[in-house]
Formats: sequence, structure tokens, C-alpha cells
Amino acid sequence: MKFSLSWLRTHLNTEAGLDAITGRLTAIGLELEGVEDPGASLAAFRIAHVVEAAPHPNADRLRACRVDTGLEIVSVVCGAPNARTGMRAVFAPPGSVIPATGAVLKIGEIRGVESAGMLLSLREMGLGEDHAGIVELPDDAPVGTPYAAWAGLDDPVIEIAVTPNRGDALSVRGVARDLAAAGLGTLKPWAPTAVPGHGDSMVSWAIDMPEACPWVLGRTVRGVRDGPSPEWLQRRLLSIGLRPISALVDITNFFTMDLGRPLHVFDADRVQGGVLRFRPGAGETFRALNGRDYVADSADCVIADDAGVQSLAGVIGGDATGCTEATRNVFIECALFDPVRVALTGRRHAIVSDARQRFERGIDPALLPQAIEAATRMVLDLCGGEASAVTQAGAEPAWQRSASMRFARLSSLGGMDVPPTEAVAALTGLGFVVEAQTADAVRVAVPSWRNDIAAPIVLDQMLGLDADRARTAAEGCALTEPEADLIEEVLRLRGLDNVPPVSLPRAAPVPPAVLTSRQVRSALARRTLAAAGLVECVTFSFMDHTQAALFGDAPDALRLLNPIASDLDQMRETPVATLALAAQRNAARGQIEARLFEIGPAFHAAGQQVVAAGVLAGMTPRHPLYPSRGLGAMDAKAAVLEVLQALGLPMESLNVTADAPEFYHPGRSGVVRQGPKLTLATFGELHPRVLQALDLAGPAAAFEVYLDRVPEPKRRRKTPPDLPAFQPVRRDFAFVVSVDVAADAVLRAARGAERALIAGVNVFDIYSGDKMPPGQKSVGIEVVFQPRAATLTDAEIEAAGARVVAAVAKATGGVLR
Amino acid sequence: MTHDLDTLRTETAADLAAAQDLRAWDAVRVGVLGKQGRLTGLLKELGKVAPDQRRERGAQLNVLKDELAALIEARRVTLDAAALDERLAQERMDVSLAPPLPPHGLIHPISRTMEEMAAIFGAMGFTVGEGLDVQTDWFNFSALNIPAHHPARADHDTFYLPGTRDGRPLLLRTQTSDVQIISMLQTPPPLRVIAPGRTYRADHDATHSPMFHQCEGLVIDRDITLGHLKGCLIDFLRAFFGLATLPVRFRSSYFPFTEPSMEVDIGWNRRTGELGGGGDWLEILGSGMVQPRVLANCGLDPREWQGFAFGMGVERVTMLKHGIPDLRPFYESDLRWLTHYGSSPLAPVALHEGIAP
Repeated sequence: MKFSLSWLRTHLNTEAGLDAITGRLTAIGLELEGVEDPGASLAAFRIAHVVEAAPHPNADRLRACRVDTGLEIVSVVCGAPNARTGMRAVFAPPGSVIPATGAVLKIGEIRGVESAGMLLSLREMGLGEDHAGIVELPDDAPVGTPYAAWAGLDDPVIEIAVTPNRGDALSVRGVARDLAAAGLGTLKPWAPTAVPGHGDSMVSWAIDMPEACPWVLGRTVRGVRDGPSPEWLQRRLLSIGLRPISALVDITNFFTMDLGRPLHVFDADRVQGGVLRFRPGAGETFRALNGRDYVADSADCVIADDAGVQSLAGVIGGDATGCTEATRNVFIECALFDPVRVALTGRRHAIVSDARQRFERGIDPALLPQAIEAATRMVLDLCGGEASAVTQAGAEPAWQRSASMRFARLSSLGGMDVPPTEAVAALTGLGFVVEAQTADAVRVAVPSWRNDIAAPIVLDQMLGLDADRARTAAEGCALTEPEADLIEEVLRLRGLDNVPPVSLPRAAPVPPAVLTSRQVRSALARRTLAAAGLVECVTFSFMDHTQAALFGDAPDALRLLNPIASDLDQMRETPVATLALAAQRNAARGQIEARLFEIGPAFHAAGQQVVAAGVLAGMTPRHPLYPSRGLGAMDAKAAVLEVLQALGLPMESLNVTADAPEFYHPGRSGVVRQGPKLTLATFGELHPRVLQALDLAGPAAAFEVYLDRVPEPKRRRKTPPDLPAFQPVRRDFAFVVSVDVAADAVLRAARGAERALIAGVNVFDIYSGDKMPPGQKSVGIEVVFQPRAATLTDAEIEAAGARVVAAVAKATGGVLR
Repeated sequence: MTHDLDTLRTETAADLAAAQDLRAWDAVRVGVLGKQGRLTGLLKELGKVAPDQRRERGAQLNVLKDELAALIEARRVTLDAAALDERLAQERMDVSLAPPLPPHGLIHPISRTMEEMAAIFGAMGFTVGEGLDVQTDWFNFSALNIPAHHPARADHDTFYLPGTRDGRPLLLRTQTSDVQIISMLQTPPPLRVIAPGRTYRADHDATHSPMFHQCEGLVIDRDITLGHLKGCLIDFLRAFFGLATLPVRFRSSYFPFTEPSMEVDIGWNRRTGELGGGGDWLEILGSGMVQPRVLANCGLDPREWQGFAFGMGVERVTMLKHGIPDLRPFYESDLRWLTHYGSSPLAPVALHEGIAP
């Protein structure tokens, strides 16, 4: 919403300057978007009298002028051909900035004659292209007066953002009313005099769609002459960026801005059949004033004559019945429309218009009679003619509402003590009328233009809410909302900045845990992975559906209906997918190694879960002492186990099987479970086909830990640690087993051979080279025997070793090498 | 008579001096003190010495034995030290080489900010709530007093998904307000909850991302006023930015889910981007007292319960706090950017250590 300061002053008597006004606008919720002050750059320029313009002694094309600036007589050298003795011109003093060039003017000497200033052309002032000569002002232009003020160019244009609840503030008068109520002056009275009507209107109304248009007024003015509107009106519209078109159209635009009251003018002679009818669209195509064609459907309210649709009600008028220079009889529309229907029609047809903007927020339903009188008066004033009687259809809806406020609530809800008289004064300043008042409370009638106050309560309560609870809550809402509306108005006008801040009272001397154990798991996983050398990323939850299909089913249920881009149309089923893309981008930027992780949602048709995922791509750094190696499945598995261990899972309760999802290398990937069913994590090298599809050069591994599935660690008191006094004995065994025997199977068998005595087992070597028979490999394991009662004898060690060999043979068919 | 002993002493000393390694040294030792050694030989011959001289000769030999043993040992120590020196000289490495540092992991600035928010609001008695990225339009709009035709729905540029839940269309939440609704439905008041999380809007340019993060907050109690709202947010902003005197301005605004509604600005210098002074104002969050309809939609009686709600952009406050100029790199996973702005996992957010930059 834009308006000029002078336009505002047509409704507001105020001494306040621009800064005070703009500051207050922001404070009361009409947020300042910007101020354009065309006069600011002209502020230094004054009207001056050229006392004498003599030929320059040393230059044929220059003149040496003596200029009366109103303050002094100065010498100015001027090159303009029209500089002459006795003229009034615009003088720029030394130190001022020439708008067109940005140059700072200095006192100088031009060919031996001092020049202490400059006489300006329009172009130099940034006011046009005219550079034929300096500006010539009328002889009565007052010498010494600032030029911008004299020329009416010192009129700043203010732009504010109007929130959706404040349709009334989409008008200069509405803004003025708010400012007056906020103490910045007084609202000028506005009461248009009625224009007597002569004869019936040439066009009349019919409403077939009262839910869309409850009330409409109209009036014909016969015998008009349309043409350019007068300068004051053109200047008003130009100041806010509206192009003057013709007097009749400019008048409708003026009232749209001035009163927030959109009007439309039909050429009465172009309306077929003499009746304009509000009815649902019927699939007709209609050409709007913007030159575009629209198809009106049954949800749209149209205004139609015998020839068809002539207007999309409240949104845009039609070309066929628009006014032109040839218009002689004009029919003025002043209607009330249902805000929702206007909004939907506007949105459906993607038409943004000043009329729509106001109707969809709701206009003053009581203003119609006055507005049509004011509009008629202006048509008569600017275009002549004779007005008919007012014709109308429908009726003024019952908009009257009351709202009550307990004064104590200003403090107990609003946090500010406001004396009742001041609270009431704030409301009456906005146009509320006191209906009843006691020491504790006031009841006011809501002004017609404030459809946001005490509006009908529309609830959409939670399905399945207990009926009594729902009803009580709804009753409470009906009582408290109008009061909150009024409290907001009072606080807004007094300045929310003046409400004293109060720190929240402490709920407990020491705050309890902020996070749930589930949230702590994410935090712990995050720190663990970062401490393990992975860098956390935040990637989009959506991605290209063809790439998403590499990592899952990419079901239609997870495909956005209205994606912003085709590469962001599918919800990811695992963060591995978007991390792999991130790894590819890093590789493309020349990163040799990328260890990335993310803790974020994975989406499935049935819901979402939090996953800690990672992608480890590339090679470790080269170093003279340590060879570079590719990141692989074991790096991914290590990350998985670090996380699971940090989350308190007993490592010995986990098992790993080689049945990971298909985006992994089938032979180099695994699934980590606790017990047979609880899948906790996956890891492995990414499948070569995935790498190829993503243009990611390998090696690359990935992992997922399903944080939501990790069971709560058991909160048991720790048992004392096991610290035997005797030195453990280590023995190595090498078993020849089939190549498809998992090392883990050998370890489990060995460990199970002598549970009480064996404290640890681990693999130290796997060999499957040419010294082994085909299909066989050697698995070297170390077994740690932990004596507890006495040092082991050689015989005891021998016997335990034999049991290990027997157990491994039984479980895996392995023989001691 | 002692001439032979002097000779042995002198010759042994010379032999030791000539021994340049432990092997040569050992040969000298064996040659003197070994079973066949010269001194051992002299001791063996002691019995053959005339008895009247035996005592004196014995004493002289013992003195010589101790003397030679000490000489030999001293030489061993010297040779040992020289051998060690030589070994150490050979083992010298180029200490200017970079060690193979373990990879350096970091926490994303968005996570860091959300942790800081949890810590600061946590100190004020808030807990952290969670919702769903894929929500129904009831949780995202209707419950928050944004009916189907409301202009605010159009402003939000919502992403929609096929299908319904509880008969309501599915969408990607445009705000984390669903958490407020869930909290009111599931937890009896009083309530203090913040909701940091992912949000989505169909907007993509230099200052908008189709996915971003919000942190909303909700306080519901019997006597919470707008003064508490202001106090709580001022307390948060000053702690978060580490500026005890950060100017905070409240101005009237409108949101369907709050009344009165306020935008909150902080003081900064538009030219330098420095927070605090400078005389300019920067909009940083929206807030207000919870609209009675929102309470009623969740089954709370607004005559009994009232409170406030607020919401802020996580990226926005992160950018301001750390002077990050551009929004898009937050989601690009560029290791160079992450390394620059990431934070150490070993310096997690801890109020007692201070969380200001």
C-alpha cells in the first residue's frame, strides 16, 4: 500500500513530520516498507532571480550572471542559451549535489570569472530529459523559496505492508484513522453530500448469487465527456505508481486507494439488455481489461449482461463494456462481495488486482451509499453529465457487532496497566462506539470497517475431541476472542514496546532434562560420528525421483504434487541418497576424501523415522609413511558400531548378516541386528550401478543407523568390574576353513569352547593365497585365556586349546593348519 | 717384582682404548679377566709364590683386579653410549613431516544453533517437542486458525503430497507449529515447549530455500502475559547472540494463530552487519499471545489457559550470529564451507561453559 504524504494529509490533520509518521506506522502494525522522497535530492535548490546575464568576457557561449538567491547576490557562469536578465531560475549553491551526475558543486572560476553555484536544467535535477536550457520559472515564483516545495515535488511517498486482517488499512483514510488514534493528529471529517438523481438508471442490477454478492448499488451518469483527468488527480495516482488512463478510470482508482472502496465503471451503452446480473460462471470465455481471456466457471461470481460475462466480480472488469473516450453514459458499480469467493476466484485465475486485494480482506459494508455519492460527485465534477437515481439490488447485510473488554485483562493478558479512560479513548479513536461502561469493563460497538474485530468464530476442533471439552473450549473462545481483539487494539496504539518485559518465572530451581531420551540419542549419535571424523551435512528431504529410485521404491505416495523443481520431487527414503549426491558434488569440486553424515528423516509411505546416515567416499590422504587407501565397507561398519556403542548397546548382543538393501554392493555390505529381528543398521560399499548412475567415482561406502529403533539402554546399576589377578595367556590358532565361512563363525565357536576361561578372541590373519587349496582359506585367531584361581599349567592350556580346536571344527569344519 | 703388574695395567688400558666396539671390548675383558685371562693366570700362580711374598703379592693382585674391572666397566659404559648414539643418529626422522591426523569431524551450524536454542530455552524450563515433516493440513493450517481460503495459506507456498491422513490432505509442513498442536493435545498444561525442525515452502532464490529450519516455541499457563513473552524472547536473544544489551523492539503485526501479534526486531548496523548498535532494526521473529481459537481447536478453554507462541528461522539467526552471508550453502554440503563454519563435537553446547561465539 502506497500513498503520498500530501494525500495522507487530506485525511489527517497533523503537525507530525515524516519520520514521526513512519515510525508510528511501523509501531502500530502498518509496517513501513520504504519511503521515496523525490524532494530529498532537491532540498538544497532554491528559486533565484537572474539580476543580470551579461556576455562572458572570455567565452562566446557562456554568460556571466549575477544571481539573487534570496540570501545574497552571487556570480554564476552559465552556458545555457536561455539564461537572460530578469528570469526566475533554479539555483544550486556550492556544496550541493547535482542529482543527475552525483557531482558535488564547488566554487570555481570559469575562464577568469568566478562561478559560485549553478543554474539547473530539468535533466540535471533528475526531473526529465529536457536539457535545452535551464528551467524557466514564472515571474511570480518566490525568490529564495526551496524549489521542490514550490513545485510540489517535496511530497514523500510512503509504502507500508498491510497484514491480511487489516482490509481497512488498504486505504489512505484507514491509515489516517489509525495514525490519529495513535495520537498523531486528528482525522478530518468526511461526509459527501448526496447528488440528487434525475430519472432512472440506464442499467439495473439482478443478483442470482447472493452468497457471493449480498448488496450492490449502481447509478448512471448521462452525457459525460471522458478525457484526461486533472493534474491533481494524475499527480496523486502517479505518485503511487498508477498510470493515469482517463478521468472515469482514474476516479475508480482514486476511490480504491483513498477509501479502500473499489468501484467499476461500465459504458452503459455497451451493456446489452439493460441488466447486469451476478451469477455463477458457466464456462464462458471473457476478455478482461488486461487484455487476457479467462474462462469463468461455476465457482466464480461473474457480472453478465445479455451478451455474456462482463466482469469477474470483485477481481477484474471486462473489455467489452469498459469505458473509452467515446463513452457518453457511464454506469458506476459499487458492490459488496464475499471475501472468500473473491480470493478463490483471484487465486484460481492468478489475477492480482487492487480490487481483489481489498475485497478479499473485506471492505466496509456500510460505506456503499456514501461512496457512490462521492464517486458520482467526482464524475460530475470532472466529466460533466447528469446523474440518475441510485439503483440497487440485495440489501445491506447485518454487520453490526459488539465486543466487551474487562480492563483488568489489559494487564493480565496484555501485561500492561492502562487506565480505563485511556483504553476507551484508544478504541473510540478507531471508531468504536461505547455502548456501556462500568468501572471494570466496557462494551463497544465495532465500526463497520473493522471486520477483523469480534468476527464470527469459526473453529476446526480436533476430530475425536471429548464433546464436553470441545463445547467448553468453544464457549470460552467466543467469550475471550473479542476481548483479545480489543486488547490488541489498545496495546497496538499505545505501543507494544511499552509493555514491560518480565522474565518467565522459574518452573524448577534447576531445570530438568530438556531432551527426551530419543532426542538425546540423536545428539549422541551426532557427536559420536563427528568425533569419529565425519562432517555433518544437512541435505534436502526431497530429490529427483529417478535418483531416489536407486535407493528404494520411490513410491508415488512420496512424490510431491507440486514440486518446485523436477530434481526435488520425491521424498528420500534414506539420507544415504542425498548424502551420495553431496559426496558426488564434493568429488566434482576436487575433494579426494569425503566423510559425510546426516541425522535426519527417512520417509516411507507409512511414516518417517530418524536415521543417522553416512557416506564415506574417496581415498585417505597420501603420506610417505602410511599408504593411502580407499574408504570401504569396514570404515562404514566402524562408524555404525561406534554409534551403537555410544548409544549403550552391548556389542556382543549384535549380529551381522550379508543381506543389506540393494543399493549396497551385494558382497560387501551387511545388516546389523540385535537378536534375529531388530534391524538396527546397514553398511557397505555402494553398488557400482548406483555409483555409475550418480556419476560418483568410487570407492564409496555408506551406512544407516535407525536411531528410532535403538532400544533404551537398561538403567541398571553397574556391577563391579572383572579384574582377575592372574596374567592372561594368549595362544594363536590358524584354521583352514571353506572360503564362505564367516570369520565371525570361527570366533563364536572358539569363544564358546570354554566360556569361563576364554576372555577374548579376535582374528589376526586371513589368508587365501596360492598356498591354500582351492575354496579354502586360513583364519588366524588369537585366544585369550584368563585364569582366575591359579596360574594355568601347560597341561591346562593344552587341554583348553584342544577344546577350541574341537569346537571350531564342529561349528565350521575347520581344521588346525 | 711388580713390574709385570704394571705392564698388565698399562697394556690393558691401551687395549681398552683401542677397543672401538663391544666385541673388541669383550675380547679385552676375556683376555684379562676370563678363565684364561692374564690376571686370572696371575692369580692362579699365586700359590707358587714364596709364602713370605704371597701375602703382599696377593694384596697387589686384588688391587689390580679391582682396578682393571673398573677400567673395563668404564670402557663398556663409554662404548654403550657411543653405540646408542650411533643408533639414534641412524634412527633420525624428518620431524617436519605432517603426521597422519585422524579425520576431523564437525557439527553442522544448523545443529549447533538448534542445540544452543535447546540449552537456552531449556534453562527457562522448556522441553523440545517433535512433529512430522509430512503433516495433514489440519495440523499445519486449520488447527492454527488458517482456514482453507485464508490468504496465509497461499502465502505459504505449500508442497502437497498425494493421499490423506484422517481424511485430511497431506503436505510438507510449512512451519513447526504442528508441534504446538501436538503438545496441546497430548500434554496437559502448563506447557513450555520449543519445536526446532525442518520446514518446507515452495520458494527458491538467494534468500529462500525450499527446505529450511524453524524453531517455534509455546508457553501455556494460567497467568502468562505478553510481558512474559517479551521477557522470554529478550532473555533468549541476548543469551543467544551473547550481547547483554542487545536492543530488542516489539511491534504490532498479525498472525492468524496469535493475538495480539508482534514482530520482533533486534538492533544492528545495516552497513556493517554488526549486531547491537548501529541504529537500524532487523526483523528476526514473529510472536504473539496464542489465539483463543487455537486453544479451543485443541480442546483448551481460553478462559482457563493462555500463553504465547513464537517462531524464528534457524538459518536466519545462525547467519546473523556468525556473519554467514548466503543461505544456500547450508544445504550444499560443500566440505570447504562445512569446515569453515562447522563446530567441534568435543565442544558441545554447555551453558556453564558459555555459548556465545
